[in-house]
Amino acid sequence: MAVAADAVAPAGATARRGRRFGILPGFGLSLGYTIAYLSLIVLIPLCGLVVKSASLSWAQFAAAVASPRALAAYRLTFTAALVAGLANAVFGIIVAWVLVRYKFPGRAVFDALVDLPFALPTAVAGIALTALYADNGWIGQLLARFDIHIAYSPAGVSLAMLFVGLPFVVRTVEPILLDLDPQLEEAAATLGASRRQTMWRVILPVLLPPALTGFALSFARGLGEYGSIVFISGNMPMRTEIVPLLIVTKLEQYDYAGATAIALVMLLASFGLLLLINALQAAMTRKGKR
Amino acid sequence: MAGAAPRRVRTVVPDPRPPLARAGADSLLTRVVLTTLACGFLGLFVALPIVSVFTEALRGGIHAYVEAIMQPDSIAALKLTLLTAAVSVPLNVVFGIAAAWLIARYHFPGKNLLTTLIDLPFSVSPVISGLVFVLLLGARGLLGPWLEAHDIHIIFAVPGIILATTFITFPFVAREVLPVMQEVGTDEEEAALTLGASGWQILFRVTLPKIRWGVLYGVVLCNARAMGEFGAVSVVSGHIRGLTNTLPLHVEILYNEYNMVGAFAVASILTLLALLTLAAKKIVEARQAAEPHGTIR
Repeated sequence: MAVAADAVAPAGATARRGRRFGILPGFGLSLGYTIAYLSLIVLIPLCGLVVKSASLSWAQFAAAVASPRALAAYRLTFTAALVAGLANAVFGIIVAWVLVRYKFPGRAVFDALVDLPFALPTAVAGIALTALYADNGWIGQLLARFDIHIAYSPAGVSLAMLFVGLPFVVRTVEPILLDLDPQLEEAAATLGASRRQTMWRVILPVLLPPALTGFALSFARGLGEYGSIVFISGNMPMRTEIVPLLIVTKLEQYDYAGATAIALVMLLASFGLLLLINALQAAMTRKGKR
Repeated sequence: MAGAAPRRVRTVVPDPRPPLARAGADSLLTRVVLTTLACGFLGLFVALPIVSVFTEALRGGIHAYVEAIMQPDSIAALKLTLLTAAVSVPLNVVFGIAAAWLIARYHFPGKNLLTTLIDLPFSVSPVISGLVFVLLLGARGLLGPWLEAHDIHIIFAVPGIILATTFITFPFVAREVLPVMQEVGTDEEEAALTLGASGWQILFRVTLPKIRWGVLYGVVLCNARAMGEFGAVSVVSGHIRGLTNTLPLHVEILYNEYNMVGAFAVASILTLLALLTLAAKKIVEARQAAEPHGTIR
């Protein structure tokens, strides 16, 4: 390769300054392949969605996006994802704290359990949660006595989102907690802080940024979740119909325009979240380096 | 949805737990309450659903369980799931290594944008991932008429399922390999270069042996998702029994037919797969932690 021939010169910083990209061969090939494959699998298909939605008239777009049924679906999806994200944030901090700080029998098992929602197919999660929380299920039976019904209600939607988003907060908070210098807590204690003060004023402020990132990841995951929710929600229009299901329904009725318009709204919402998450993570990295 | 675990996950593994902050150790009561809360939360929402999959599957006895799994439609679904993973995982492995090499080894404008674009499929709802392929390649899609004229069937056929799965699992290998590739550094590769090695020789003899656990980790996660994907595949599959039905879709069909033993029996295969994935993940993490990075042995 051309680059290899003249790269026999000393490697490292001096060589890098002389060349634009770096001294190792394969830049052209890896760049070409990466861009081509990325375009073929991801970018071109996504552009297809934008092209398709550009062919809709404003009236068509507005009718699909702002129909009462769509509005009800947005409200349910966003509220349920918010509830699930908040629950995950609170319990995620507790779980991360317990896993990092305490030793107890079965710790390794519980640690592995945290990752399970990533590995378990969502359809399996859906039918398993439904079987448990339906009125004749193990937990549903108990709750039904108090007239609490989780399956086939908006609460079921939140429950499924809680499951699929569960690992995010734990896994973002954990490394920060591991890096947390015990001297900080010792210093707080020597300065006369009670354990509770140390907890609220020293530890929690450090854990909030990663917890926020984890919350955003869990929230975003909830917004797009489909597989587990269709089983537990009951899928009643206006009541327990989530946005991804509405898209599928429109598609099955060959209403491609409607499906595309609603998909575009959701896509913009998740890209907005992606940018927010990236900004949060960048801010955390900067803070970590300081 | 925003995909898999954040990148820093693996840094947790070596388990260099700091000694408990002596000055600020929690009281016994706090420990007991918090541990109970955490374990109760995980037990209620994660462990119990897993247990219920197996109890529901075995409700009709072991005979009914085996029978449900040995149904021709279940076997066909299993084969399609294996085929899908066998195509899409290697595709994304090659891409993941190429992309990680590109991003970790060179400086070029637009690198951050490229990294963000690679993560894009994580933030797209699975349903929308399926939809984009229907809009592009379906009978009424942009390329639909052309494909039809040439008698090529992608949507509601096996290629569509593979394509949608490849899209969904696109970032998995790249985002696992990239940090490992960055961590091992370029010293040995540059040494190989000065000794006259070609680019391919460097890749196969120097780089890949050093990042193999990272690659394997990505493969494990990518494979789990490829075999378990539901939303995207559901949109492009057309649900033709025995033909375009993957295992997760077959679970849905059986469930909607009120064949609970069948649905949970098939689901139990997928659950075993998930448990195997977790075990493989732990093993790779342990091996990776034992591997001395960036040092010449």
